Amino acid sequence: MKYVLLFVGTMEDQERFDAMPSEEMAAGMKAAERWFEEYSQAGKIVGGEQLKGPQTVTTVRSSDGKRIVTDGPFIESKEVIGGFAVVQVKDLDEALEMAKSWPAGPVEVWPAVER
Amino acid sequence: MVRLIGNFDIAEEVVQDSLLVALEKWPVQGIPDKPGAWLMTAARRRAIDLLRRDQRYAEKLALLERSTMPPDAPEADDRLRLIFTCCHPALAQESQVALTLRAVAGFTTQEIAAAFLVSEAAMAQRIVRAKRKIVEANIPYRVPQGAELVPRLDAVLAVLYLMFNEGYLSRGTQVASRRDLAEDAMWLASLVARLLPDQAEVLGLVVLMRLHLARSGARFDTAGEIVLLPEQDRSRWDSAAIADAVEVLNRAAAMGAHGPYQLQAAITAVHARARSWRETDWSQIVALYDALLRLTDTPVVRLNRAVALSQVSGPRVALGEVNDLAISLAGYHLFHATRAELLDELGEAALARAARIRALELCQNPAERTLLERKLRQAPGA
Repeated sequence: MKYVLLFVGTMEDQERFDAMPSEEMAAGMKAAERWFEEYSQAGKIVGGEQLKGPQTVTTVRSSDGKRIVTDGPFIESKEVIGGFAVVQVKDLDEALEMAKSWPAGPVEVWPAVER
Repeated sequence: MVRLIGNFDIAEEVVQDSLLVALEKWPVQGIPDKPGAWLMTAARRRAIDLLRRDQRYAEKLALLERSTMPPDAPEADDRLRLIFTCCHPALAQESQVALTLRAVAGFTTQEIAAAFLVSEAAMAQRIVRAKRKIVEANIPYRVPQGAELVPRLDAVLAVLYLMFNEGYLSRGTQVASRRDLAEDAMWLASLVARLLPDQAEVLGLVVLMRLHLARSGARFDTAGEIVLLPEQDRSRWDSAAIADAVEVLNRAAAMGAHGPYQLQAAITAVHARARSWRETDWSQIVALYDALLRLTDTPVVRLNRAVALSQVSGPRVALGEVNDLAISLAGYHLFHATRAELLDELGEAALARAARIRALELCQNPAERTLLERKLRQAPGA
């Protein structure tokens, strides 16, 4: 079954990360890359990306039949999505195991609709 | 996914079916020698309800309660899987409790709603949502293995303890205790103990529950008013059950895996074996609370330790410890009630009265309210 793992954090987390000394930041990035590598080799990761900050996001939506383009994420909140991974595993427990071994911050585990 | 829907729903159906078969056969063939082996968990409660209506079955009922199922029986595996699935940490704890009562203990939705003071519709929705999450998020229907077992077992024990406490001393405003809820929680804990016999903490929880229930005959007077431990008529305690429970606790201790449930059971055991409040081994109780604090340092444990400490070091020392908890336990009625008792001992009648009034404002349990009101009337400053 497919799950989407969303790597989430607060704006403060994001700012703290941005302000990190470059060595520390590199170590953090490396740990995340290793996580992706290991699970990809095990055939459990179908896809995934690291995302740029919320200040770079643009939202497109419809209003009165017109397409409206606005600055910022659709869901206004203090939380941000730093990235995601699409994983193919047996069940929720296996997805939770992966999430538990993620080296940085909270992870939301979303089951995907099967087609 | 279809396979999973099958698993959870069928598991529930199977246990219900086993009951129907048993109930149809028993009146004709007589109750089998080991009726417990007939019944899967969810079926049991219905069966007991029906059996209770018929006095002739009383003897068989006792057998049913005591019956042991070989741990390797396939039904046993199913029950354990069902319990672990219902108590999966991906479900909200209130849903874990509701689902366990529904699917494992066989309560009706109406009974669960009544026990937790919510409407039947709200409870039905909570249960449906939890079941849907099990299916849609693909929560596995299995007993966790290896390193996962102990943390997952902790979640199961937490649910059973919550269930027991709700039954033993209800938060609700209508009744003081729901013995059947407490008994079912104890029965489920005993079941888990049978299925996982080498887990010391499960035994610890079973003993804790058994010791509490063994003393329950003395907890309320004939008018239904609560009687606190110092004033309880200890001859009304079930001394045989207490001796049995202490033996199980010793067996658990020999396994060498100490934990909070065993320590709480040990504290309760010291009380249960004392001939009176005065003759209680208070320094032993304080030492056990110290050990418990090292494992789970919570304000409520500290409050309970302070009560024991007042017997060893006097009310003034204890009050100092209690006052340190003022912020974390400001909304807990027993914090204020404990302060009131200690202040009374120190002759601070006015302060005691204020604390007791605050306790009464925060307390919902009818029997505890009656007790607080009585103490307010009897207090010297009243």
